[in-house]
Amino acid sequence: MTTTHGTTDPFAAPGALTPTGAPPIVRLLDIEKYFGSHHVLQGCTLEVYPSETICIIGRSGSGKSTLLRCANFLEEPTAGVVEIDNISVRADPLHARSRQHREQIRQLRMRAQMVFQEFNLFPHLRVIDNLIEAPVRVKGVSRDKAIATAERYLDKVGLREKRDAFPGSLSGGQKQRVAIARALTMEPKVLLFDEPTSALDPTLVGEVLAVMEELAHEGATMLVVTHEMAFAREAADRVYFIEEGRFAEAGPPQQVLDAPRDERTRRFLARFTGAGGATSGA
Amino acid sequence: MTDFAAQQPGLDPLAMPPPGAIVEDIRQARRRAGVRFALAFALTWIVLVGGMALAIASTGRVHPDFIAEHLPFFLGGIPLTIFVSVASIIFATGFALIGALGRISRNPVIYGIASLYVSLVRGTPLVVQIFFIYSALPQFGIVLPAIVAGVFALSFNYGAYMTEIFRAGIQAVPRGQLEAASALGMTERHTMRRIVLPQAVRIVIPAIGNEFIAMIKDSALVSFVALQELFWRTRTVGAANFASFETLLFAAIVYWVLTIFFSLFQERLEKRMAQSDRRP
Repeated sequence: MTTTHGTTDPFAAPGALTPTGAPPIVRLLDIEKYFGSHHVLQGCTLEVYPSETICIIGRSGSGKSTLLRCANFLEEPTAGVVEIDNISVRADPLHARSRQHREQIRQLRMRAQMVFQEFNLFPHLRVIDNLIEAPVRVKGVSRDKAIATAERYLDKVGLREKRDAFPGSLSGGQKQRVAIARALTMEPKVLLFDEPTSALDPTLVGEVLAVMEELAHEGATMLVVTHEMAFAREAADRVYFIEEGRFAEAGPPQQVLDAPRDERTRRFLARFTGAGGATSGA
Repeated sequence: MTDFAAQQPGLDPLAMPPPGAIVEDIRQARRRAGVRFALAFALTWIVLVGGMALAIASTGRVHPDFIAEHLPFFLGGIPLTIFVSVASIIFATGFALIGALGRISRNPVIYGIASLYVSLVRGTPLVVQIFFIYSALPQFGIVLPAIVAGVFALSFNYGAYMTEIFRAGIQAVPRGQLEAASALGMTERHTMRRIVLPQAVRIVIPAIGNEFIAMIKDSALVSFVALQELFWRTRTVGAANFASFETLLFAAIVYWVLTIFFSLFQERLEKRMAQSDRRP
């Protein structure tokens, strides 16, 4: 399928939950990123259909987090186009601070909510205020409506009783679940997860992954950078393996994780097999 | 039980008191150590301060009757001292906030103005600034009442120092907070006002407390523009009666007591702020 920009993600395919005939809702087209003279992303193209869960895997330093951060312009790509829900923003590093460009980016970000490795909850605000700050003041939702939405998503992540708590009193797993609820309260078109369990105590990883799996099965559109191979196997429609700033291989998890064709993918996965990660299932 | 332990009566688990009793013993020992420390601390101060008082009294230059006679006049200066300090710290906080936003601005003109403010004000003596505002400006037809000149000079001066405190506080807010805010679609202004500044203020509150205590003492400088605060009153009475020793000593003691009082207040405020971060 050819996009409006004449570029194609050869690996793209509608997911099991994608409505018939729906076009991709997220397009990362030929994303390039240099840090100084270091060529971190060397032309990454990735298309996500509605209700798909995509996992991006790869070793640290391969560019997977940078790609995700380029998707909502937390990093300005050196070149490329990001399209989310018909908002299309072309990388413009020379005019990154122009008013028009920043406003475009803000429109993009309202449609793509990110969940960070380090949670980044606002420590001076109660949980409920963390959730409604952006809906009320960025989207202009009424306060009552935002609170109702926020409480619904707190229910979903199982933390309704922490509504009036300060983030400092929560465990790491609870913080990350609140962060997911905060992202959901913005009702985005796609959720971006940047290694959401990497900063967690191993005993707390499960509760976060359980919430993410539930979202995936309910048809949320998710782009997940992760080292959790069991999650990728269970929840992903497609898995992309990135190596030195390029996608080396992509496809359904059974293919990429169990029968990788690329030698580099095999070498990468071998480490997880050793640790019991890639083959252990859920 | 090993043979080794059997030969060492002290290591015989059966001979030791139950663990619960030891926990209680440790608690009591800690409490006793705490009480001993506090008593020794108090005694040290009593000896040192008492010694100084005796030494001063032995000069024969202290006349309690003289101080008592002027006591109402002296103490009548305290409200003005506190008023000048409080008003100045409030305005200084305003200057510092604006200055700090200027010092992190990407606009070279705004950054330049804020940097010049900090450089100029920190690079010249406070007492010169006070005289300049009160005595030099009238040559250009700008005549400020003493209280306005004094408070303005103090707050403008402290604002420059506090600009750097606020800037450091703003920059101490973790980068992830800014990323989370912008990822939620907040504008830079919104992020600064709702996310960064509230956290920065918590970070700088202890430093502002220190500045306030310094301000109480520097407020003595406004006596030079004839504001009849504590120091002006003691100095004037001392000079007129050739009793500078007693009156200056008295002023020093009152400033000391004031700063102790506000230090305690500051400590309690800090404790309360620290608790609010952990509130369930």
